[in-house]
Amino acid sequence: MTTSVKFDINLLELSGVAKHFGGLSALSNISLHIRPREIYGLIGPNGAGKTTLFNILTGLFQADSGRFTFNNTEYSGRCKPHVLAQAGIALTFQNIRLFANMTALENVMVGRHLRTSTGIWGALTRNAAARAEEHAIVQQARDLLSYVGIDRPHNTLAKNLSYGEQRRLEIARALATDTKLLALDEPAAGMNATETEDLKELLLIIRASGITVLLIEHDVKFILGLCDRVAVLNYDKKIAEDIPEKIRCDPAVITAYLGTEPITPAQAGI
Amino acid sequence: MLGRGWIRIIDFALLYIMLALGLNIVVGYAGLLDLGYIAFFAVGAYCYALLGSPQLGLHLPFWIVLPLCALLACFFGMLLGAPTLRLRGDNLAIVILGFGEIIRIFLNNLNAPINITNGPQGISMIDPILIGEFSLSDMHELFGLTFPSVHLHYYLFLFFTLLVIVISLRLEDSRIGRAWMAIREDEVAAKAMGINTHNIKLLAFAMGAIFGGLAGGLFAGFQGFVSPESFSLTESITVLRMVVIGGMGNIKGVLLGGILLIVLPEALRHGSGPAQQLLFGKTLIDPESLRLLLFGLALIMVMLWRPAGL
Ligand SMILES: Nc1ncnc2c1ncn2[C@@H]1O[C@H](COP(=O)(O)OP(=O)(O)OP(=O)(O)O)[C@@H](O)[C@H]1O
Ligand SMILES: [Mg+2]
Repeated sequence: MTTSVKFDINLLELSGVAKHFGGLSALSNISLHIRPREIYGLIGPNGAGKTTLFNILTGLFQADSGRFTFNNTEYSGRCKPHVLAQAGIALTFQNIRLFANMTALENVMVGRHLRTSTGIWGALTRNAAARAEEHAIVQQARDLLSYVGIDRPHNTLAKNLSYGEQRRLEIARALATDTKLLALDEPAAGMNATETEDLKELLLIIRASGITVLLIEHDVKFILGLCDRVAVLNYDKKIAEDIPEKIRCDPAVITAYLGTEPITPAQAGI
Repeated sequence: MLGRGWIRIIDFALLYIMLALGLNIVVGYAGLLDLGYIAFFAVGAYCYALLGSPQLGLHLPFWIVLPLCALLACFFGMLLGAPTLRLRGDNLAIVILGFGEIIRIFLNNLNAPINITNGPQGISMIDPILIGEFSLSDMHELFGLTFPSVHLHYYLFLFFTLLVIVISLRLEDSRIGRAWMAIREDEVAAKAMGINTHNIKLLAFAMGAIFGGLAGGLFAGFQGFVSPESFSLTESITVLRMVVIGGMGNIKGVLLGGILLIVLPEALRHGSGPAQQLLFGKTLIDPESLRLLLFGLALIMVMLWRPAGL
């Protein structure tokens, strides 16, 4: 830990992050900052690089250049995923990636892995410490399942849950890592109106518990209604970052959406 | 009571079940396709053979040699796993397959310039398993009952098999076991949830290798003789078949798979001749060919009816 006093009010601060795949630039020189306990939205047309940005934040992709500061520690954009998860960044995936043949409870229990320590010896001897830890893991996982509103038997296999439940199970699994920043990649995709409304409520509760939420969503209405601030990516660049009221009438944003997608401003709620 | 021939077959089946349970950790739990697993069996067997035979003139006691077999196999597992476990799926399978062959070729050729393994002739006159003064390769009279050598080995192997089962069950239902299964289900998601996938995979490899080495040591002591040809790719595939037939990651299935794949061929070998005599009065098809035919048929039926394993 550095002893220098740093008055940093940002939880996450990206500077100059770039990534390309072969000749295709997915992200170029992205800088943005997210404050603690914010719900921060990330929108943009298909292929704008939103998911790529998530993958860099969680270490699943290596950035070509740039770095970011998270919780007052600097990372190079080429970190191992487990290091960043340990630091407190967890995500859900655009295409659900649960542990399909494990139960709902086990999926969340896996999320506790990095905050627990039982090794081979504890597993084999089942000594007092190992039993206590296991018991705590089960209890926390159960609590998280009901927290996100999954009231099925906990031994239901993840693959047998409904679509909306799977999305919420992914959130529970991410929360189990004691995350500080919860990054959600299109969590409302494929949900009906009630499910979306429930999700909105859940996200507000999660934020109220002190967790910062970073959200990718195509449903512009949903995002503008929920987020404190929003960044807009178009192609590989950030074209706007502001409060929803300003984003709504930003000319660059309107052009980006009208130019690439068959969304009318009215449909998009802009 | 079953005849001694049958007990001997069951002894081998138990060794194979230990192997299959070890491989089950690697393939069934962690989802790493290991086509060279028999190499760890070989390492264990040769470790026992070299430390307890006239080959090097060493005759260390069983209770020292057996743990060494497991440790040495574990060491080889880590040595192989550390650089290769970054590879995925098919690539990993090919590299490990190569490793399995390399071990066998080494064993085949380490007879010159210094004779260590005695090459293709293998090592014979391996010390019997001695527990204190009690030799498992002699017949014993206990409590008025006669225990032939194969029966004594049976009890020893049964003990180790049960031990391996208990270890597997405890690992399966633990933080480590869940991490293995998470990697099997979705490695990317497992990484993102903070699992250090490289270390956890290495752990699976090491645990699997320990079981393989243990079974290898017991095999050498039981058989009294080891040679490289016992450790070919075919053997790796036999063990893998047990795991797959049984339903990957399922201990009961692996036990069933082991029994089916070792005992059934033997039953067919001994049964198909007499059965034909009984039915047709004479032997129409050579029992050996019929055995393979029926065995193949049985495997196909399992695959058709229980594609996910028994
Ligand atoms: N692993 C990869 N290899 C090659 N190209 C990739 C890879 N991942 C993403 N891309 C490309 O990078 C660009 C940005 O992709 P990304 O998935 O980040 O977009 P997105 O904003 O999440 O889009 P969507 O809204 O459709 O999810 C796209 O052109 C995509 O084809
Ligand atoms: Mg995306």
